[in-house]
Amino acid sequence: MIEMINVYKKYPNGITAVNGLNVRIEQGEFAYVVGPSGAGKSTFIKMMYREEIATKGTIKVGEFDLVNMKDKDIPYLRRHVGVVFQDFKLLPRLTVYENIAYAMEVVEKNPKVIKKRVLEVLDLVGLKHKIRMFPNELSGGEQQRIAIARAIANMPRVLIADEPTGNLDPDTSMEIMAILEQINTQGTTVIMATHNSQIVNVVKHRVLAVENGRIVRDQLEGDYGYEG
Amino acid sequence: MKVRTLKRHLIESLKSLKRNGWMSLAAISAVAVTLLLVGSFVAMLMNVNKLATDIENDVSVRVYIDLAADEKEQKKLETELSTLKNVDTVEFSSRESELKQVVGSYGNEFNLFQGDDNPLYDVFIVNTDSPENTAAVAKKAEALENVAKVNYGGATADNLFKTMNTVRNVGVIIIGALVLTAVFLISNTIRITIMSRRTEIEIMKLVGATNWFIRWPFLIEGALIGFIGSFIPVAFISFLYVTIYDIGTTYLSGTYFALLTPSPFLFQIGSAMLAIGIVIGAIGSSISIRRFLKV
Repeated sequence: MIEMINVYKKYPNGITAVNGLNVRIEQGEFAYVVGPSGAGKSTFIKMMYREEIATKGTIKVGEFDLVNMKDKDIPYLRRHVGVVFQDFKLLPRLTVYENIAYAMEVVEKNPKVIKKRVLEVLDLVGLKHKIRMFPNELSGGEQQRIAIARAIANMPRVLIADEPTGNLDPDTSMEIMAILEQINTQGTTVIMATHNSQIVNVVKHRVLAVENGRIVRDQLEGDYGYEG
Repeated sequence: MKVRTLKRHLIESLKSLKRNGWMSLAAISAVAVTLLLVGSFVAMLMNVNKLATDIENDVSVRVYIDLAADEKEQKKLETELSTLKNVDTVEFSSRESELKQVVGSYGNEFNLFQGDDNPLYDVFIVNTDSPENTAAVAKKAEALENVAKVNYGGATADNLFKTMNTVRNVGVIIIGALVLTAVFLISNTIRITIMSRRTEIEIMKLVGATNWFIRWPFLIEGALIGFIGSFIPVAFISFLYVTIYDIGTTYLSGTYFALLTPSPFLFQIGSAMLAIGIVIGAIGSSISIRRFLKV
Protein backbone atom coordinates (compact mmCIF):
# COMPACT_ATOMS: atom_id res chain seq x y z
CA MET A 1 0.00 0.00 0.00
CA ILE A 2 1.24 3.47 -0.90
CA GLU A 3 -0.18 6.52 0.84
CA MET A 4 0.63 10.21 0.39
CA ILE A 5 -1.07 12.82 2.53
CA ASN A 6 -0.69 16.56 1.89
CA VAL A 7 2.69 16.17 0.28
CA TYR A 8 4.73 19.20 -0.77
CA LYS A 9 8.05 19.33 -2.55
CA LYS A 10 9.83 22.59 -3.03
CA TYR A 11 13.23 22.57 -4.73
CA PRO A 12 16.06 24.82 -3.57
CA ASN A 13 15.63 26.90 -6.76
CA GLY A 14 12.15 27.88 -5.55
CA ILE A 15 10.11 25.67 -7.86
CA THR A 16 7.26 23.81 -6.15
CA ALA A 17 6.96 20.52 -8.00
CA VAL A 18 4.44 18.85 -5.72
CA ASN A 19 1.83 21.03 -4.10
CA GLY A 20 -0.44 19.37 -1.53
CA LEU A 21 -0.78 15.98 -3.17
CA ASN A 22 -3.01 13.22 -1.73
CA VAL A 23 -3.27 9.67 -2.99
CA ARG A 24 -3.72 6.11 -1.81
CA ILE A 25 -2.79 3.10 -3.90
CA GLU A 26 -3.66 -0.38 -2.59
CA GLN A 27 -1.41 -3.40 -2.82
CA GLY A 28 -1.92 -5.18 -6.16
CA GLU A 29 -3.29 -2.17 -8.05
CA PHE A 30 -2.18 -1.02 -11.50
CA ALA A 31 -2.11 2.76 -11.90
CA TYR A 32 -1.06 5.09 -14.71
CA VAL A 33 0.38 8.47 -13.88
CA VAL A 34 -0.36 10.93 -16.70
CA GLY A 35 -0.06 14.65 -17.19
CA PRO A 36 1.80 17.29 -19.17
CA SER A 37 5.58 17.70 -18.93
CA GLY A 38 6.61 19.67 -15.88
CA ALA A 39 3.41 18.85 -14.00
CA GLY A 40 5.28 17.07 -11.20
CA LYS A 41 4.89 13.46 -12.42
CA SER A 42 8.57 12.69 -12.10
CA THR A 43 8.90 14.13 -8.63
CA PHE A 44 5.73 12.32 -7.55
CA ILE A 45 7.15 9.00 -8.76
CA LYS A 46 10.65 9.59 -7.42
CA MET A 47 9.24 10.25 -3.97
CA MET A 48 7.91 6.68 -3.85
CA TYR A 49 11.42 5.20 -3.79
CA ARG A 50 12.88 8.18 -1.95
CA GLU A 51 14.98 9.48 -4.77
CA GLU A 52 13.32 12.75 -3.79
CA ILE A 53 12.41 13.70 -0.23
CA ALA A 54 9.15 15.52 0.50
CA THR A 55 9.47 18.95 2.05
CA LYS A 56 6.22 18.46 3.97
CA GLY A 57 3.55 15.81 4.42
CA THR A 58 3.34 12.07 4.97
CA ILE A 59 4.49 9.35 2.58
CA LYS A 60 4.10 5.70 3.43
CA VAL A 61 5.16 2.70 1.34
CA GLY A 62 4.26 -0.51 3.16
CA GLU A 63 5.59 -0.13 6.67
CA PHE A 64 8.19 2.47 5.61
CA ASP A 65 7.72 6.11 6.61
CA LEU A 66 9.57 7.86 3.79
CA VAL A 67 9.61 11.34 5.27
CA ASN A 68 11.08 10.47 8.65
CA MET A 69 13.25 7.51 7.62
CA LYS A 70 16.99 7.46 8.15
CA ASP A 71 19.30 7.36 5.14
CA LYS A 72 20.71 4.04 6.21
CA ASP A 73 17.26 2.45 5.91
CA ILE A 74 16.75 3.54 2.29
CA PRO A 75 18.37 0.39 0.85
CA TYR A 76 15.79 -1.75 2.64
CA LEU A 77 12.94 0.30 1.17
CA ARG A 78 14.44 -0.06 -2.30
CA ARG A 79 14.38 -3.83 -1.99
CA HIS A 80 10.59 -3.58 -1.89
CA VAL A 81 10.32 -1.14 -4.79
CA GLY A 82 11.59 -2.12 -8.24
CA VAL A 83 12.22 0.64 -10.78
CA VAL A 84 12.32 0.60 -14.60
CA PHE A 85 13.40 3.56 -16.76
CA GLN A 86 12.96 4.75 -20.30
CA ASP A 87 16.70 4.26 -20.97
CA PHE A 88 16.91 0.74 -19.45
CA LYS A 89 20.18 1.35 -17.55
CA LEU A 90 21.71 -2.05 -18.27
CA LEU A 91 25.42 -2.65 -17.69
CA PRO A 92 26.98 -3.02 -21.16
CA ARG A 93 29.88 -5.21 -20.07
CA LEU A 94 27.65 -7.82 -18.45
CA THR A 95 25.57 -10.49 -20.17
CA VAL A 96 21.81 -10.72 -19.80
CA TYR A 97 22.23 -13.30 -17.05
CA GLU A 98 24.88 -11.24 -15.24
CA ASN A 99 22.84 -8.04 -15.44
CA ILE A 100 19.95 -9.64 -13.58
CA ALA A 101 22.14 -11.63 -11.20
CA TYR A 102 24.00 -8.39 -10.39
CA ALA A 103 20.88 -6.88 -8.80
CA MET A 104 20.60 -9.89 -6.53
CA GLU A 105 24.31 -10.20 -5.75
CA VAL A 106 24.57 -6.64 -4.47
CA VAL A 107 21.84 -7.34 -1.93
CA GLU A 108 23.83 -10.43 -0.94
CA LYS A 109 21.43 -13.15 -2.02
CA ASN A 110 22.57 -16.75 -1.92
CA PRO A 111 24.15 -17.88 -5.26
CA LYS A 112 21.80 -20.87 -5.54
CA VAL A 113 18.78 -18.62 -5.05
CA ILE A 114 20.15 -16.19 -7.64
CA LYS A 115 20.58 -18.86 -10.30
CA LYS A 116 17.05 -20.16 -9.85
CA ARG A 117 15.42 -16.73 -9.73
CA VAL A 118 17.26 -15.33 -12.79
CA LEU A 119 15.96 -18.23 -14.90
CA GLU A 120 12.48 -17.67 -13.47
CA VAL A 121 12.29 -13.96 -14.37
CA LEU A 122 13.89 -14.53 -17.78
CA ASP A 123 11.18 -17.07 -18.45
CA LEU A 124 8.56 -14.52 -17.38
CA VAL A 125 9.82 -11.90 -19.84
CA GLY A 126 10.31 -14.58 -22.51
CA LEU A 127 14.05 -14.11 -23.10
CA LYS A 128 15.54 -17.29 -21.65
CA HIS A 129 17.17 -18.03 -25.02
CA LYS A 130 19.15 -14.75 -24.95
CA ILE A 131 20.74 -15.46 -21.59
CA ARG A 132 24.35 -15.24 -22.82
CA MET A 133 23.94 -12.15 -24.98
CA PHE A 134 25.16 -8.67 -24.22
CA PRO A 135 22.76 -5.67 -24.09
CA ASN A 136 24.05 -4.19 -27.36
CA GLU A 137 23.10 -7.41 -29.15
CA LEU A 138 19.46 -6.95 -28.15
CA SER A 139 16.64 -4.78 -29.55
CA GLY A 140 15.21 -1.90 -27.48
CA GLY A 141 12.16 -3.93 -26.50
CA GLU A 142 14.33 -6.84 -25.43
CA GLN A 143 16.55 -4.56 -23.38
CA GLN A 144 13.51 -3.16 -21.62
CA ARG A 145 12.31 -6.67 -20.87
CA ILE A 146 15.70 -7.43 -19.29
CA ALA A 147 15.44 -4.22 -17.26
CA ILE A 148 12.00 -5.32 -16.03
CA ALA A 149 13.34 -8.78 -15.21
CA ARG A 150 16.09 -7.14 -13.18
CA ALA A 151 13.62 -4.85 -11.39
CA ILE A 152 11.48 -7.77 -10.21
CA ALA A 153 14.37 -10.18 -9.48
CA ASN A 154 14.35 -9.26 -5.79
CA MET A 155 10.56 -9.73 -5.65
CA PRO A 156 9.56 -6.15 -4.85
CA ARG A 157 5.99 -5.47 -3.75
CA VAL A 158 5.86 -2.38 -5.96
CA LEU A 159 7.13 -1.94 -9.51
CA ILE A 160 7.58 1.63 -10.70
CA ALA A 161 7.95 2.17 -14.44
CA ASP A 162 8.94 5.65 -15.58
CA GLU A 163 8.05 5.96 -19.28
CA PRO A 164 8.97 2.33 -19.96
CA THR A 165 7.72 2.48 -23.53
CA GLY A 166 9.06 5.95 -24.31
CA ASN A 167 11.74 4.66 -26.68
CA LEU A 168 9.76 1.80 -28.20
CA ASP A 169 7.48 1.30 -31.23
CA PRO A 170 3.76 0.54 -30.65
CA ASP A 171 3.97 -3.25 -31.11
CA THR A 172 6.93 -3.57 -28.77
CA SER A 173 5.20 -1.27 -26.31
CA MET A 174 2.23 -3.65 -26.23
CA GLU A 175 4.56 -6.56 -25.49
CA ILE A 176 6.02 -4.64 -22.56
CA MET A 177 2.49 -3.91 -21.32
CA ALA A 178 1.65 -7.60 -21.44
CA ILE A 179 4.62 -8.35 -19.22
CA LEU A 180 3.72 -5.58 -16.75
CA GLU A 181 0.14 -6.90 -16.61
CA GLN A 182 1.38 -10.39 -15.90
CA ILE A 183 3.60 -9.11 -13.08
CA ASN A 184 0.58 -7.23 -11.74
CA THR A 185 -1.63 -10.31 -11.74
CA GLN A 186 0.95 -12.02 -9.53
CA GLY A 187 0.17 -9.41 -6.84
CA THR A 188 2.79 -6.73 -7.46
CA THR A 189 1.57 -3.13 -7.43
CA VAL A 190 2.49 -1.48 -10.75
CA ILE A 191 2.75 2.29 -11.12
CA MET A 192 3.53 3.53 -14.61
CA ALA A 193 4.19 7.10 -15.71
CA THR A 194 3.48 7.49 -19.41
CA HIS A 195 2.74 9.84 -22.30
CA ASN A 196 1.40 6.99 -24.40
CA SER A 197 -2.34 7.71 -24.85
CA GLN A 198 -2.95 4.60 -26.92
CA ILE A 199 -1.79 2.29 -24.15
CA VAL A 200 -3.77 4.09 -21.44
CA ASN A 201 -6.93 4.08 -23.54
CA VAL A 202 -6.62 0.44 -24.60
CA VAL A 203 -5.17 -1.30 -21.57
CA LYS A 204 -7.64 0.06 -19.02
CA HIS A 205 -6.47 0.76 -15.48
CA ARG A 206 -6.73 3.42 -12.81
CA VAL A 207 -5.52 6.81 -14.11
CA LEU A 208 -3.94 9.48 -11.89
CA ALA A 209 -3.63 12.79 -13.74
CA VAL A 210 -1.08 15.17 -12.27
CA GLU A 211 -1.14 18.91 -12.93
CA ASN A 212 0.53 21.72 -11.02
CA GLY A 213 1.83 19.28 -8.45
CA ARG A 214 -1.58 17.83 -7.54
CA ILE A 215 -3.77 14.93 -8.60
CA VAL A 216 -6.53 16.60 -10.62
CA ARG A 217 -8.23 13.41 -11.79
CA ASP A 218 -8.35 9.97 -10.23
CA GLN A 219 -10.38 7.58 -12.36
CA LEU A 220 -10.74 3.81 -12.29
CA GLU A 221 -10.60 2.36 -15.84
CA GLY A 222 -9.85 5.92 -16.97
CA ASP A 223 -8.74 7.49 -20.26
CA TYR A 224 -5.56 9.28 -21.07
CA GLY A 225 -7.52 12.52 -21.32
CA TYR A 226 -4.96 14.71 -23.04
CA GLU A 227 -4.39 15.54 -26.68
CA GLY A 228 -1.86 13.46 -28.40
CA MET B 1 30.51 -9.37 6.34
CA LYS B 2 30.07 -12.66 4.53
CA VAL B 3 33.18 -14.31 3.06
CA ARG B 4 31.48 -14.31 -0.33
CA THR B 5 30.88 -10.57 -0.12
CA LEU B 6 34.44 -9.87 0.98
CA LYS B 7 35.76 -11.90 -1.94
CA ARG B 8 33.52 -9.95 -4.29
CA HIS B 9 34.76 -6.59 -2.93
CA LEU B 10 38.39 -7.71 -3.24
CA ILE B 11 37.91 -8.81 -6.85
CA GLU B 12 36.15 -5.53 -7.69
CA SER B 13 39.03 -3.52 -6.17
CA LEU B 14 41.71 -5.50 -7.97
CA LYS B 15 39.83 -5.12 -11.25
CA SER B 16 39.72 -1.34 -11.00
CA LEU B 17 43.36 -1.17 -9.86
CA LYS B 18 44.15 -2.87 -13.16
CA ARG B 19 41.69 -0.80 -15.17
CA ASN B 20 43.20 2.52 -13.95
CA GLY B 21 46.70 1.09 -14.30
CA TRP B 22 48.72 4.29 -14.70
CA MET B 23 46.88 6.24 -12.03
CA SER B 24 47.26 3.32 -9.64
CA LEU B 25 50.96 3.12 -10.42
CA ALA B 26 51.41 6.83 -9.74
CA ALA B 27 49.58 6.55 -6.44
CA ILE B 28 51.55 3.44 -5.43
CA SER B 29 54.84 5.18 -6.29
CA ALA B 30 53.85 8.20 -4.24
CA VAL B 31 53.18 6.01 -1.23
CA ALA B 32 56.45 4.14 -1.80
CA VAL B 33 58.57 7.31 -1.99
CA THR B 34 56.82 8.83 1.01
CA LEU B 35 57.28 5.77 3.15
CA LEU B 36 60.86 5.28 2.02
CA LEU B 37 61.64 8.71 3.41
CA VAL B 38 59.50 8.27 6.50
CA GLY B 39 61.11 4.90 7.18
CA SER B 40 64.74 5.97 6.68
CA PHE B 41 64.11 9.05 8.70
CA VAL B 42 62.47 7.30 11.61
CA ALA B 43 65.17 4.60 11.59
CA MET B 44 67.85 7.26 11.73
CA LEU B 45 66.15 9.32 14.42
CA MET B 46 65.46 6.33 16.60
CA ASN B 47 69.09 5.21 16.43
CA VAL B 48 70.47 8.67 17.16
CA ASN B 49 68.02 8.85 20.02
CA LYS B 50 69.22 5.47 21.28
CA LEU B 51 72.85 6.58 21.12
CA ALA B 52 72.10 9.88 22.83
CA THR B 53 70.20 8.09 25.57
CA ASP B 54 73.04 5.60 25.95
CA ILE B 55 75.44 8.49 26.34
CA GLU B 56 73.16 10.37 28.65
CA ASN B 57 72.63 7.37 30.86
CA ASP B 58 76.32 6.99 31.20
CA VAL B 59 76.87 8.07 34.82
CA SER B 60 80.63 8.36 34.58
CA VAL B 61 82.68 11.53 34.52
CA ARG B 62 86.21 11.21 33.23
CA VAL B 63 88.65 13.33 35.16
CA TYR B 64 92.00 13.62 33.34
CA ILE B 65 94.91 14.01 35.75
CA ASP B 66 97.48 16.67 35.06
CA LEU B 67 100.68 15.04 33.75
CA ALA B 68 102.72 17.03 36.26
CA ALA B 69 100.92 15.60 39.28
CA ASP B 70 102.94 13.23 41.44
CA GLU B 71 101.59 10.18 43.24
CA LYS B 72 100.79 12.08 46.46
CA GLU B 73 98.85 14.72 44.61
CA GLN B 74 97.00 11.98 42.75
CA LYS B 75 96.01 10.32 46.03
CA LYS B 76 94.81 13.69 47.34
CA LEU B 77 92.74 14.26 44.21
CA GLU B 78 91.20 10.80 44.56
CA THR B 79 90.13 11.54 48.12
CA GLU B 80 88.71 14.92 47.12
CA LEU B 81 86.78 13.37 44.27
CA SER B 82 85.31 10.63 46.42
CA THR B 83 84.09 13.13 49.00
CA LEU B 84 82.22 15.19 46.40
CA LYS B 85 78.43 15.11 46.71
CA ASN B 86 76.62 12.46 44.65
CA VAL B 87 79.76 10.54 43.80
CA ASP B 88 79.36 6.81 44.01
CA THR B 89 82.74 5.31 43.09
CA VAL B 90 86.08 6.55 41.87
CA GLU B 91 88.26 4.24 39.77
CA PHE B 92 91.74 4.80 38.52
CA SER B 93 92.64 3.98 34.97
CA SER B 94 96.26 4.37 33.93
CA ARG B 95 97.36 5.80 30.57
CA GLU B 96 98.49 2.26 29.63
CA SER B 97 95.08 0.76 30.16
CA GLU B 98 93.49 3.74 28.38
CA LEU B 99 95.69 3.04 25.37
CA LYS B 100 94.75 -0.64 25.47
CA GLN B 101 91.09 0.38 25.14
CA VAL B 102 91.85 2.62 22.18
CA VAL B 103 93.77 -0.20 20.48
CA GLY B 104 90.83 -2.49 21.19
CA SER B 105 88.34 -0.15 19.47
CA TYR B 106 90.34 1.41 16.71
CA GLY B 107 93.02 -1.14 15.80
CA ASN B 108 96.64 -2.10 16.24
CA GLU B 109 98.00 1.00 14.52
CA PHE B 110 97.71 2.74 17.86
CA ASN B 111 100.29 0.35 19.37
CA LEU B 112 102.87 2.83 18.03
CA PHE B 113 102.07 5.03 21.01
CA GLN B 114 103.26 2.49 23.59
CA GLY B 115 105.48 3.61 26.48
CA ASP B 116 106.76 7.17 26.52
CA ASP B 117 105.03 8.04 23.26
CA ASN B 118 101.64 7.51 24.90
CA PRO B 119 99.79 10.84 24.50
CA LEU B 120 97.01 9.89 26.91
CA TYR B 121 96.39 10.95 30.50
CA ASP B 122 95.89 8.93 33.63
CA VAL B 123 92.22 9.10 34.39
CA PHE B 124 89.88 8.90 37.35
CA ILE B 125 86.56 7.48 36.25
CA VAL B 126 84.05 8.97 38.63
CA ASN B 127 80.66 7.29 38.71
CA THR B 128 77.85 9.44 39.99
CA ASP B 129 74.77 8.03 41.66
CA SER B 130 72.47 9.11 38.81
CA PRO B 131 72.80 10.55 35.25
CA GLU B 132 71.33 13.94 36.22
CA ASN B 133 74.23 14.64 38.58
CA THR B 134 77.06 14.19 36.10
CA ALA B 135 77.08 17.83 35.01
CA ALA B 136 77.32 19.14 38.60
CA VAL B 137 80.02 16.66 39.56
CA ALA B 138 81.99 17.47 36.41
CA LYS B 139 81.87 21.16 37.21
CA LYS B 140 83.12 20.67 40.76
CA ALA B 141 85.85 18.28 39.62
CA GLU B 142 87.07 20.81 37.10
CA ALA B 143 87.78 23.28 39.91
CA LEU B 144 90.01 20.85 41.79
CA GLU B 145 93.78 21.02 41.69
CA ASN B 146 95.81 18.83 39.31
CA VAL B 147 92.87 18.29 36.96
CA ALA B 148 93.78 18.68 33.27
CA LYS B 149 90.29 18.42 31.94
CA VAL B 150 86.92 16.83 32.61
CA ASN B 151 84.62 15.10 30.19
CA TYR B 152 81.19 13.54 30.56
CA GLY B 153 78.58 12.05 28.21
CA GLY B 154 75.86 14.55 29.01
CA ALA B 155 77.48 17.35 27.02
CA THR B 156 77.71 15.21 23.89
CA ALA B 157 74.19 13.98 24.44
CA ASP B 158 72.86 17.53 24.73
CA ASN B 159 74.40 18.41 21.38
CA LEU B 160 73.00 15.27 19.78
CA PHE B 161 69.51 15.99 21.08
CA LYS B 162 69.67 19.55 19.76
CA THR B 163 70.74 18.47 16.27
CA MET B 164 68.12 15.76 16.31
CA ASN B 165 65.37 18.26 17.08
CA THR B 166 66.28 20.42 14.09
CA VAL B 167 66.50 17.45 11.77
CA ARG B 168 63.21 16.16 13.05
CA ASN B 169 61.34 19.44 12.51
CA VAL B 170 62.57 19.81 8.94
CA GLY B 171 61.84 16.17 8.26
CA VAL B 172 58.30 16.37 9.59
CA ILE B 173 57.51 19.21 7.17
CA ILE B 174 58.90 17.34 4.16
CA ILE B 175 57.16 14.13 5.13
CA GLY B 176 53.90 16.02 5.73
CA ALA B 177 54.02 17.40 2.20
CA LEU B 178 54.74 13.96 0.79
CA VAL B 179 51.92 12.34 2.73
CA LEU B 180 49.53 14.98 1.36
CA THR B 181 50.71 14.26 -2.19
CA ALA B 182 50.16 10.56 -1.71
CA VAL B 183 46.69 11.11 -0.24
CA PHE B 184 45.82 13.42 -3.14
CA LEU B 185 46.97 10.92 -5.77
CA ILE B 186 45.07 8.10 -4.13
CA SER B 187 41.88 10.11 -3.85
CA ASN B 188 42.19 11.01 -7.52
CA THR B 189 42.58 7.38 -8.50
CA ILE B 190 39.52 6.44 -6.50
CA ARG B 191 37.57 9.34 -8.00
CA ILE B 192 38.29 7.99 -11.48
CA THR B 193 37.12 4.55 -10.39
CA ILE B 194 33.92 6.03 -9.01
CA MET B 195 33.31 7.97 -12.23
CA SER B 196 33.91 4.94 -14.43
CA ARG B 197 31.43 2.95 -12.38
CA ARG B 198 28.64 5.54 -12.19
CA THR B 199 25.98 3.36 -13.78
CA GLU B 200 26.86 0.40 -11.60
CA ILE B 201 26.63 2.55 -8.49
CA GLU B 202 23.28 3.94 -9.61
CA ILE B 203 21.91 0.45 -10.17
CA MET B 204 23.27 -0.78 -6.84
CA LYS B 205 21.48 2.07 -5.09
CA LEU B 206 18.25 1.42 -6.98
CA VAL B 207 18.06 -2.25 -6.14
CA GLY B 208 18.88 -1.61 -2.48
CA ALA B 209 22.56 -2.41 -1.96
CA THR B 210 23.58 -1.02 1.44
CA ASN B 211 25.78 2.06 1.50
CA TRP B 212 28.65 0.10 2.96
CA PHE B 213 28.33 -2.53 0.26
CA ILE B 214 28.83 0.26 -2.27
CA ARG B 215 31.69 1.89 -0.37
CA TRP B 216 33.80 -1.14 0.50
CA PRO B 217 35.39 -1.82 -2.92
CA PHE B 218 36.63 1.79 -3.13
CA LEU B 219 37.96 1.73 0.40
CA ILE B 220 39.72 -1.58 -0.25
CA GLU B 221 41.18 -0.22 -3.49
CA GLY B 222 42.71 2.72 -1.61
CA ALA B 223 44.01 0.48 1.16
CA LEU B 224 45.51 -1.87 -1.45
CA ILE B 225 47.34 1.03 -3.10
CA GLY B 226 48.76 1.97 0.31
CA PHE B 227 49.63 -1.63 1.13
CA ILE B 228 51.41 -2.34 -2.16
CA GLY B 229 53.13 1.04 -1.97
CA SER B 230 54.54 0.31 1.49
CA PHE B 231 55.93 -3.09 0.55
CA ILE B 232 58.75 -1.70 -1.57
CA PRO B 233 60.21 0.65 1.08
CA VAL B 234 59.80 -1.98 3.82
CA ALA B 235 61.91 -4.43 1.85
CA PHE B 236 64.46 -1.80 0.89
CA ILE B 237 64.89 -0.40 4.38
CA SER B 238 65.14 -3.86 5.93
CA PHE B 239 67.98 -4.77 3.60
CA LEU B 240 69.74 -1.45 4.09
CA TYR B 241 69.41 -1.47 7.86
CA VAL B 242 70.86 -4.96 8.28
CA THR B 243 73.88 -3.85 6.22
CA ILE B 244 74.34 -0.65 8.22
CA TYR B 245 73.85 -2.51 11.48
CA ASP B 246 76.65 -4.95 10.63
CA ILE B 247 79.06 -2.12 9.85
CA GLY B 248 77.97 -0.07 12.88
CA THR B 249 78.31 -2.97 15.28
CA THR B 250 81.93 -3.57 14.25
CA TYR B 251 82.65 0.11 14.68
CA LEU B 252 81.02 0.42 18.10
CA SER B 253 82.36 -2.83 19.54
CA GLY B 254 84.20 -2.32 22.82
CA THR B 255 81.95 0.58 23.83
CA TYR B 256 78.66 0.07 25.51
CA PHE B 257 76.87 2.09 22.84
CA ALA B 258 74.97 0.10 20.25
CA LEU B 259 72.50 0.51 17.38
CA LEU B 260 69.02 -0.92 17.79
CA THR B 261 69.11 -4.62 16.96
CA PRO B 262 67.29 -5.46 13.69
CA SER B 263 65.19 -8.22 15.21
CA PRO B 264 62.48 -6.32 17.03
CA PHE B 265 63.30 -2.92 15.46
CA LEU B 266 62.80 -3.81 11.77
CA PHE B 267 59.66 -5.70 12.63
CA GLN B 268 58.26 -2.69 14.49
CA ILE B 269 59.20 -0.11 11.88
CA GLY B 270 58.07 -2.42 9.05
CA SER B 271 54.63 -3.00 10.51
CA ALA B 272 54.33 0.71 11.31
CA MET B 273 55.10 1.54 7.66
CA LEU B 274 52.56 -0.99 6.37
CA ALA B 275 49.99 0.47 8.74
CA ILE B 276 50.78 4.04 7.66
CA GLY B 277 50.52 2.99 4.00
CA ILE B 278 47.12 1.40 4.53
CA VAL B 279 45.87 4.38 6.54
CA ILE B 280 47.06 6.86 3.88
CA GLY B 281 45.25 4.76 1.26
CA ALA B 282 42.07 4.56 3.28
CA ILE B 283 42.09 8.30 3.99
CA GLY B 284 42.70 9.08 0.31
CA SER B 285 39.77 6.97 -0.80
CA SER B 286 37.50 8.21 2.00
CA ILE B 287 37.94 11.74 0.69
CA SER B 288 36.70 10.72 -2.75
CA ILE B 289 33.97 8.50 -1.37
CA ARG B 290 32.59 11.39 0.64
CA ARG B 291 32.76 13.86 -2.21
CA PHE B 292 31.80 11.80 -5.22
CA LEU B 293 29.81 8.87 -3.91
CA LYS B 294 26.52 10.23 -2.70
CA VAL B 295 25.16 7.16 -1.00
